[in-house]
Amino acid sequence: MKKKKCIAMLLAGGQGTRLYSLTTKIAKPAVSFGSKYRIIDFTLSNCTNSGIDTVGVLTQYEPLILNEYIGDGKPWDLDRTNGGVHSLSPYQAKKGGEWYKGTANAIYQNLHFIEKYDCENVLILSGDHIYKMDYSLMLAQHVSTNADCTIAVIDVSADEAKRFGIMSYDENKRVTDFEEKPQNPKSNHASMGVYIFKKDVLVEQLKRDEEDPSSQNDFGKNIIPYMLTHGLKMYCYSFSGYWKDVGTITSLWEANMDLLGKKPAFDLNSEDMKIYSKNEPLPPTYLGDEAKIKNSIFTAGCEIYGRVENSVISEDVYIGKNSVISNSVIMRGTRIGDNVRISYGMIDESVTICDGAKVGDRESDKNHIALVGRNQTIAKGAKIKSGEVIESL
Amino acid sequence: MKSVGIIFSNIHDQEIKELTASRTLASVPYACRYRLIDFALSNMTNAGITNVGIITKHNYQSLMEHCGSGKNWDLSRKNGGLTILPPFGDNESKMYTSRFEALGNAMYFLRSCSEDYVVMSDCDNVCNIDLSELVEYHIAKAADITVVYRRKYLPLDAEVKTRTQFDLDADNRITRTYIGKNHEDWANKMANILVINRKFLINLIENKEEFDYHSFSRDVLVRGVDKYRIFGFRFDGYYATVDSFQNYYKHNMELLDKSVRDALFRANGASIYTNVRDSAPCKFVGDGKATNSLIADGCVIEGEVSGSILFRGVRVAKGAVVRNSIIFQNANISEGSFLNCVVADKETTVLSGRTLSGHETHPYFIPKGSVI
Repeated sequence: MKKKKCIAMLLAGGQGTRLYSLTTKIAKPAVSFGSKYRIIDFTLSNCTNSGIDTVGVLTQYEPLILNEYIGDGKPWDLDRTNGGVHSLSPYQAKKGGEWYKGTANAIYQNLHFIEKYDCENVLILSGDHIYKMDYSLMLAQHVSTNADCTIAVIDVSADEAKRFGIMSYDENKRVTDFEEKPQNPKSNHASMGVYIFKKDVLVEQLKRDEEDPSSQNDFGKNIIPYMLTHGLKMYCYSFSGYWKDVGTITSLWEANMDLLGKKPAFDLNSEDMKIYSKNEPLPPTYLGDEAKIKNSIFTAGCEIYGRVENSVISEDVYIGKNSVISNSVIMRGTRIGDNVRISYGMIDESVTICDGAKVGDRESDKNHIALVGRNQTIAKGAKIKSGEVIESL
Repeated sequence: MKSVGIIFSNIHDQEIKELTASRTLASVPYACRYRLIDFALSNMTNAGITNVGIITKHNYQSLMEHCGSGKNWDLSRKNGGLTILPPFGDNESKMYTSRFEALGNAMYFLRSCSEDYVVMSDCDNVCNIDLSELVEYHIAKAADITVVYRRKYLPLDAEVKTRTQFDLDADNRITRTYIGKNHEDWANKMANILVINRKFLINLIENKEEFDYHSFSRDVLVRGVDKYRIFGFRFDGYYATVDSFQNYYKHNMELLDKSVRDALFRANGASIYTNVRDSAPCKFVGDGKATNSLIADGCVIEGEVSGSILFRGVRVAKGAVVRNSIIFQNANISEGSFLNCVVADKETTVLSGRTLSGHETHPYFIPKGSVI
């Protein structure tokens, strides 16, 4: 088998507790986003668009829908003879088996996958970010600087910096300091959770870290600080462009809204670096006689008879007459009856909202999103207050 | 009992010259996100047919691009799958002119498969039909050929050439076939879908000179009614024949009716599959407005759209008005232009301020790639 230059390991096992009922039944990377996508589509498409054809997806929490969705990787062109996409779940072995203890341990338990492909470099990714990035540019810098590890960073505001791992680097982009969620950040270069390691260095570090009983087996908390204090060659790769962590309901809502407008913050329509997804065979979308769509996006399989403003509508959604949907995200397969009002709402997949129901409030805001979990039914005329969370069924 | 599928991609090209100038009838865009062949292919896939040959004649580049390996229709298979059958010939042979000659070119394909039955379909029919029912019926009747027909009222002024009608006995065996009979009445009108025993078909093709057979309908279906067991299979679902530019426009527009869409796209839960392009979602910007319309992914609507069908990636600029029109992939409708009853082919541009209007019975056609 030909040696691979770089393979990717995608961390997709997190529960995403701050997404509440959205992740009761499914893993965060499988959450619906941007009308026709799921969150993981972005990282998988980035891999394909960057010429990386081998991706191990590390799944742990509620992996069923995610594994089924990834399938053989066809939608992302990752159905390959040599390589392709593979789901890597925790497994039982002769000497026992255990859950993934941390991000580093998850990779450690799958070192056999990395060794099998005998690659020179390993790209570590997380499956809960929305962005378009050409990893091949980062790889080129990693190779030319002969780094042991390259960390992608994005400049954020001083206020936001407190929420991220913050890197400081010298004029050659070599890392000089790293702090996890600092109170007084020394810089505004936030780690994106995207790393490229020399394979041999990664293997060595993971084995060492595994033997340290005090370690939490986490890249950000343990591996990176250790490598830095022990003088390994670590560089930053500066990324500019749209990047968003969608770990909370507010940020997920914001990221959806960032797709709207003539010059959106994040442009899906640009032809460079397409985002691929599994396209269901659905009929075209029909807009009825009284349909009014303002500053919104939608995709195939919808029937819209009501009004939609500043909203993101997914596949196979029905919106009845005289209903008004504003500042909301409606996920796939949801049925909305007549005379319904939804404002600042996030409606998960396969929800039924009966006639005259009211979800959220027009006077609400992004910090008080009304959330209705999957498979739920909201009764006729029922009211769901702003910021209320209805659990999934 | 397994069947193999044969699809004729060019057979009615002449009837819609506008749209088939640069493509086969099979690859004519239809219904917002499909091409005509998607209906024939999906019907076959939905009936569990896993081996399909597409007979082509000319201009089949766009068809090949659309079909690819067949994976969108689940026809990328180890055994069988999708096979494009271009004209096969040495220096002596001519391009085929009849269905028989076309099938002659597919002889190698027909001989090499092991299925007992051949389901043949043209690309001029838009329907969601359960072909497995057709094959079961064919077997139950111990028929040589079973032809799909519709019970239809034919007015006097309909085009005569497209009429193949049958008389049926109580057992639904065809007792008489007429071609081009013009009378105003209820009739059993042939739909261009049929099933035929494979060995029987090979025998017909091999011995066509001996039998003096040239045309499948005129010779086999008309002259053969006593000789062969030919049955009719009645189909009552939604069915559109795309046999003229006017009908193309008319049947597309029928899809603005929900009952028609449900009958075509959701009949018995069977889906219609098509090539996937991974366009971004459709986006409405500013004062963009659309009513009573079908709109595909990748469109950006800033103007006003009503009673229309927009394919992938169409841009309707601010102040532009598109009414009762069918706009193909990647067309650009510029600021302040006005379109009514227009069919705009792929990649066309309508410059700002232009007014273009046809009539429902005579839509105005903009050829592929034109700038107006």
